[in-house]
Amino acid sequence: MAGKIDPMEQFLVEPVLGRHIELFGYDVSFTNSALFMVVVFALLFVFMWGGMKRQLVPGRWQVAAESVVGFIDNMMQVNIGPEGKKFAPYIFSIFMFILFANLVGVLPLAIVPGLHTFAVTSHITVTAVLAFLSFGIVLAVGFWKHGLHFFSLFVPHGAPGWLMPVIIPVEFVSFMVRPFSLGLRLFVAMTAGHILLEVFGSFVVQGLNAGGGLGILVSILSFVMIIGVSALELLVCAIQAYVFALLTSLYLNDAVHLH
Amino acid sequence: MTDLGAMYIGAGLAAIGVGLAALGVGNVFGSFLEGALRNPGAADGQQGRLFIGFAASELLGLIAFVVAILILFVVKN
Repeated sequence: MAGKIDPMEQFLVEPVLGRHIELFGYDVSFTNSALFMVVVFALLFVFMWGGMKRQLVPGRWQVAAESVVGFIDNMMQVNIGPEGKKFAPYIFSIFMFILFANLVGVLPLAIVPGLHTFAVTSHITVTAVLAFLSFGIVLAVGFWKHGLHFFSLFVPHGAPGWLMPVIIPVEFVSFMVRPFSLGLRLFVAMTAGHILLEVFGSFVVQGLNAGGGLGILVSILSFVMIIGVSALELLVCAIQAYVFALLTSLYLNDAVHLH
Repeated sequence: MTDLGAMYIGAGLAAIGVGLAALGVGNVFGSFLEGALRNPGAADGQQGRLFIGFAASELLGLIAFVVAILILFVVKN
């Protein structure tokens, strides 16, 4: 066999221009991850710019942009209430960035040789930053609004007093785990989906290389599986973006209305 | 049994946890569908909670997957 197909090789972050650029000892080269973040930003910019025409009777693009904004506004209203309106821009940005980044990563552009899209959110470095950003905003809002009374979040009312030494550490740990779980969920969902697609792709290639009836059969079946898994991946991309935004809004609700 | 063999067996055992999480996720969606078929009018209002339940149960399965990946790719042999 000529070479083993490594499913983890698609996640390598490499400089786009072929060589690293060093600045004060830090590697600040423009990587493929940064390139696709710029691509996601450009797509988002085009989408919102096309949707902000402000016609009285909106065309289809404007309706699409308005419906996403309305969806996020409704989510804020349901989960946080009237004070949620001021968080809608942040939640909208997070939701749209993660959605577009996930979808760009699944695009099958590799039919054009060399044009492999890179899933920006398949790295814990990216998703952990987004999750800690959300968590930081939750903490900032909580302490700004309630001061030190924010710590009463760990004391659910209605619990008997003798249970407090057990409940407070458990609640504290479950609170501190939130940013890690938020980042980890998105990262592993995307990574697992891409590894699955790559494994089935490697089956197609190795089946064709093996030749014979069985090899062709394996290739065809794996190709059908790739189609099915890609459809599932599209769903997972949308669900993971929605879950990230939903959980952030729930954590904000915890910070704004301490229970 | 060599160390590498034990690592691979450990990763395989961690992957069983992912299958258990699949049971949990199926439970969440199945209960939602069962309730939605009895009371379709109330189903749309509870969709948010459906996805919260899905996220929580999926997370634990993904943690099992992360353990398998840690054993395979991070532990130095």
